[in-house]
Amino acid sequence: MNAGNRSSFVYVIFIRTTPEALWQALTEPEFTRKYWFGVSVESGWEKGSAWKLAYPDGRVTDTGEILEIDPPRRMVIRWQHEWMPELKAEGPARCTIELEPVGRAVKLTITHEIDRPDSGLIKAVSGGWPRILSNLKSLLETGEITLPDK
Amino acid sequence: MSDADLLFKALADRGRRKLMDRLHANDGQTLGQLCRHLDMTRQGVTQHLAVLEAANLVVVTWRGREKLHFLNPVPLQEIYDRWIRKFERPRLAALRDLKRRLEGDPKG
Repeated sequence: MNAGNRSSFVYVIFIRTTPEALWQALTEPEFTRKYWFGVSVESGWEKGSAWKLAYPDGRVTDTGEILEIDPPRRMVIRWQHEWMPELKAEGPARCTIELEPVGRAVKLTITHEIDRPDSGLIKAVSGGWPRILSNLKSLLETGEITLPDK
Repeated sequence: MSDADLLFKALADRGRRKLMDRLHANDGQTLGQLCRHLDMTRQGVTQHLAVLEAANLVVVTWRGREKLHFLNPVPLQEIYDRWIRKFERPRLAALRDLKRRLEGDPKG
């Protein structure tokens, strides 16, 4: 998506909540299922812990490892896609999640990058995040996602 | 100004929408790279980028000494959720009902 020998995107959203509540929303499977298309994000949440995305039907689409973690401020995940062969073949990407209090809100920054140009993985992942972040914001600010898919 | 006001103000300019298109085509550009393909002064591009940044439509990160500009589509998703999606619901519900009827399952 961008020039040079890497592909990346940076997404930012401001959510009126606390860093602690947002961190909880990002790390508890019961919580992630509510705003992340039913996906459970599972990990021990320590440096070196395994990390995975599991769908309700048991499919594990992405695996990885926690490279850095500093609750409730920052984490870096080695993100390996497992489901689609052509995206899996691109190898691991890095996802950095940063939380920064700004006034009465928290600035959440998601940076996703891979060391290769024109990455299909980055393109695929970039499409999903805005929806997930918008749902997450609604859930934390109002207690429900804007419009459930039913 | 509210977040929504900043957002719609930022979108209400052809030059800024063009800048967003340039970033969509090629994300993570420097000011110099952005100026190269636009019929705007460097100063004009700088000012437009500041408005887009204030509206959270552009995010800036530093890579070494380079300041890179990234398109942030998250506020556009919020516009979609707030202003567009609810108008699609009746149509989606009609399609769902049609599918149920054609497939002969009264409950779906």
